[in-house]
Amino acid sequence: MTLAEIQALVLEAVEEWNQQADEAQRLEAALETRLLGRNSKLDSLGLVNLIVLVEEKIADRYDRRLTLADERAMSQERSPFRSVQSLAEYVHLLLTENQP
Amino acid sequence: MSDSAVMLISGTRKGIGRHLAETYAARGWQVIGCSRKPSDLTHPNYRHFCLDVNDEAAVQAMLAEIRKTYARLDALINNAGIAALNHALLTPIETARRIFETNVIGTFLLCREAARLMQKRKWGRIVNFSSVAVPLDLEGEAVYAASKAAVETLTRILGRELAPLGITVNAVGPTAVRTDLVEAVPEIKLQALLARQAIPRLGEFADIVNVIDFFLRPESSLITGQVIYLGGV
Repeated sequence: MTLAEIQALVLEAVEEWNQQADEAQRLEAALETRLLGRNSKLDSLGLVNLIVLVEEKIADRYDRRLTLADERAMSQERSPFRSVQSLAEYVHLLLTENQP
Repeated sequence: MSDSAVMLISGTRKGIGRHLAETYAARGWQVIGCSRKPSDLTHPNYRHFCLDVNDEAAVQAMLAEIRKTYARLDALINNAGIAALNHALLTPIETARRIFETNVIGTFLLCREAARLMQKRKWGRIVNFSSVAVPLDLEGEAVYAASKAAVETLTRILGRELAPLGITVNAVGPTAVRTDLVEAVPEIKLQALLARQAIPRLGEFADIVNVIDFFLRPESSLITGQVIYLGGV
């Protein structure tokens, strides 16, 4: 799978999140949208929900079960969850380095 | 999306779980059951999965199937559990590990995966299984009671973590009910247990269903993180 495909997948998850989220937490479906920090509209539970949606889509599309919020993600100097773009890059890295 | 409410029950091949599956299927729930071995329960509202509740991949695959088929999960009854009656000095470490794997890891894994699906509709009821062995500190059940104490802590903390998602998490703590699990308990031990209850009789399936019904009711939306014991313990 290409990075562009994974970016599209994460953006789909953002759109699905927007359907269930309160207005204040709806996100712009764009690669530069912030997911963490002061410039993010998501609260911590919102981020958990978005990560769950991304994991679900990966399982459905690629039949792969990733745990995105593991020790490795948490120990990175720059969090992979800071933006849609960085999340897509992290998912792409995990999917391509552990290809069965 | 399924029109009828969907319930997942673990450990449905026999005993309490089997009774729960029959009861709720008869009441019109769509019941999904699971156990390590196949079930001979046939009912139009019942579907069975063969798996170990501590097998992460198998549990995830089952929940993915429920999501794709029914697009909802209303209730999870974490009934699957194993016990071993033994003096601590004679308890094999493998037995201790097995009990924790099924009772604690299995319960946690099903809670985690079920809540992921439940939160989509901002609604869910999780009922875990504790035991009177926890408050009574029953001798001979050190590891079993410790595993159920862990289930109680999971219940309280998940009650808090899942509350914003519209999911309640509670536990029922049955006294002894005549099932295979209790079959191995010597009569003298059983009588000693009953003597410590305010109401000294064995539990019936209906006693457990009654507590679960209470937790499942829409009116119980303000009840979470609670453990209800049978027998007045």
